[in-house]
Amino acid sequence: METLSALLTFWHEQAGKLGEQTLQHIGLTAGSLLLGVLLGVPLGLFLSRKPRWAPAVLGVAGVLQTVPSIALLGFLIPLMGIGPKPAIFALFLYSLLPIIRNTLEGIRGVPPAVVEAARGLGLTDGQVLRRVELPLALPVLMAGIRTATVINVGVATLAAYVAAGGLGEFIFGGIALNNPVMILAGALPAAGLALAFDALLGGVQKLSTRRLGQVGAALLVALPLLGGLYLLPRATGRLLAGFSPEFVGRADGLPGLTKSYGLTHLPSVVLAPALVYEAARNANVDVIDGYSTDGRIRAYGLRVLRDDRRVFPPYYAVPVVRPALLREHPELTAVLAKLDNQISDSVMTDLNYRADYLHQPPKAIAEAFLRRRGLWLAPRPAVAGAPVVKLGSKIFAEQYILAEMYAALIRGNTDLAVETKTGLGGTTICFEALRDGAIDMYPEYTGTGLLVLLQPQPAVVDSLGGQPAAVLNYVRAEFRRRFGLEWLAPLGFNNTYALLMRGQQAQQLGIVSVSDLGGYLRR
Amino acid sequence: MPDPQPPVIRASRLHKAFGAHAVVRDVSFEVAAGETLVLLGPSGCGKTTLLKMLNRLIEPDGGTIEINGENVLTQRPELLRRGMGYVIQQVGLLPHYTVAENVAVVPRLLGHAPAAIAARTTVLLTRLHLPPDRYAGQLPHQLSGGQQQRVGLARALAADPPIVLLDEPFGALDPITRASIRREFRELDELRSKTVVLVTHDVTEAFELADRIMLLDAGQIQQLGTPRELLFRPASDFVHRFFAAERLALQLRTLTLGDVFRDNETEFPKDSFRAETTVHDALEALTGPASAPAPPFTMAQLMAGFGAALQREEDAWKR
Repeated sequence: METLSALLTFWHEQAGKLGEQTLQHIGLTAGSLLLGVLLGVPLGLFLSRKPRWAPAVLGVAGVLQTVPSIALLGFLIPLMGIGPKPAIFALFLYSLLPIIRNTLEGIRGVPPAVVEAARGLGLTDGQVLRRVELPLALPVLMAGIRTATVINVGVATLAAYVAAGGLGEFIFGGIALNNPVMILAGALPAAGLALAFDALLGGVQKLSTRRLGQVGAALLVALPLLGGLYLLPRATGRLLAGFSPEFVGRADGLPGLTKSYGLTHLPSVVLAPALVYEAARNANVDVIDGYSTDGRIRAYGLRVLRDDRRVFPPYYAVPVVRPALLREHPELTAVLAKLDNQISDSVMTDLNYRADYLHQPPKAIAEAFLRRRGLWLAPRPAVAGAPVVKLGSKIFAEQYILAEMYAALIRGNTDLAVETKTGLGGTTICFEALRDGAIDMYPEYTGTGLLVLLQPQPAVVDSLGGQPAAVLNYVRAEFRRRFGLEWLAPLGFNNTYALLMRGQQAQQLGIVSVSDLGGYLRR
Repeated sequence: MPDPQPPVIRASRLHKAFGAHAVVRDVSFEVAAGETLVLLGPSGCGKTTLLKMLNRLIEPDGGTIEINGENVLTQRPELLRRGMGYVIQQVGLLPHYTVAENVAVVPRLLGHAPAAIAARTTVLLTRLHLPPDRYAGQLPHQLSGGQQQRVGLARALAADPPIVLLDEPFGALDPITRASIRREFRELDELRSKTVVLVTHDVTEAFELADRIMLLDAGQIQQLGTPRELLFRPASDFVHRFFAAERLALQLRTLTLGDVFRDNETEFPKDSFRAETTVHDALEALTGPASAPAPPFTMAQLMAGFGAALQREEDAWKR
């Protein structure tokens, strides 16, 4: 009940966005489906005439179908950039297999006697196709299109990762923020769309066979129109922003920023976190959210806009551990403390640069760093049956590097075995893994602990005033009390949210701080 | 016997192989206007392939086919086929068309006026015992097998083509339905004037319907002639053996009262006992319930005469 009312409230507040995303979603689905039908049906017909080719073509379409959607989008972005193009193309590829296969099967299912009789009566090949084969194959063909539609409505949620909009914006924002209401706000309309599309096409299928032809033609006209929904004019401005879903939804992200700096004239698209930097570099977007220690800032010539009103809370990296680990292995306390205050912002940015831009493996980066600081010790020989320390990390390079540093320190200084569970996705996955004991430790950020995991009343956040020490003390005490987990000492750097622009553009426009940006947009 | 008219169909030296397997070998024949030619033979003898060459569903590897003196290769296949009725064993009605629409397919292709098509459909369905009021609007799957084949026949005749090709048209029907449809088929006025080529492996059917029979084996003509010639003057041992199983039945259907009572010049005043009446039909009439027109002979006379007639045929052949 509570969820329901929260959901209704969310929809009410975000009605404009909901409508826009739904239209985009319909547009993406219909546009890709149209392409799928335009290529898939003729291809299926071709295969019915040249069955020799069928295994090869169906094989390729089947392989395309098995490529995970995120991976497919990843392949397409270097080729097609971000926005609707790669999204529609990916959806189009996914719709091919069911459409081609059902066209082929539909034609194959027409009784040979009927075709022979029709030819024997004097129908031309084209007439046999139009009057006999297609009408009789249409139910199977339509079933293929229905399958493709339902697949596409589902996969179209991923379009939110490449700035193509759609209901995925809510869904991925909700996942990033561990906000079930927000997930539902996108997932329910998406499911509704799938059902509606399916019911609509199901209704079409039930029509008498002879009218199916007309309706099929009508669909060919309607799909581009629906696809055109996507092209409805969207808000435009002097600059375009590209934000990750998490940033758009969290209180200290875009909403806080908009409130404090009055960034009202900044239209934005939503992008996968992994893509925002590329998008800024390629000038697909002008302003992005990022992390102040990201290696790509250096690699791509981006500039961090100064957060002069202190909207972004401090995000100091601190290892969070299960206290049992230190109780059972007291020698670890000193080992883990070797990294206390060892890594500054610029050092971390450099380490990240090596990973993100120079593509050095995290393990090598960690080892080189430890050697420079004189902390490196060769791993001790493995002891059979030694207890295992399980290190976790979120799914980005900085966390991989930190996990490898701790792994190397533990291997060099103790007889314990180490298992790294890197790439545990987002904050909530790591946090839950730590609580469950699936991992013993992972690096967390003070701001994340405060706003994502503890979610205190706004008054509490205000009272902390963005002071690094106050925030750390608060999360440490609260984690101890509520979860029985321990925050150790900070590593030194503050990987906070940041607004970034291309350095050259920022210089041209004279933008140094977020206030400058707000001023420029209002001008 | 010189033909007054040129043949409607003239096939010469037809040859067809599928891969290394020759299914039609050096086959030549002619069909006269209004004649019914039955292609008869065991499975795989090439009779269906031969039929499909006539409307170019299969193209021969060698040889020529002329229809009314014109080589079929000079015509577009579709136009050629619209001038020939075509009936197949599986019927092949268009399942999404009603009975009336199925019948109207070819006239529509030929651009006939809708009113004329409707009138023609009504006539044909009525004649084939499918009252249009009841059946015209039905879909093929609502009909029995026999009814479907009647519609198939009506469809083949709808545009009144001078030539009708039939590929085992009654093969998929149960024996009783088959016999009754065959009778209707034989008595159908529409077919009287048409040149018909019919494929069957059913010997009785061939004898019942054929003016002439072409007996095929392994792609070659074994004998081409009237039923009487094939039965009483077989060209080879194969032909002779082919009719062995049903010889008596065929003889009863082939010999007529004219053959049996040739010498004593019996008068046949009644319609049911004419010179052309087969012995088989006369026997049927004699064994049935006593009929009003008394036959001018007894069953013993009939059978004795039948025996004598058989003997004459045998003697004539052996001589």
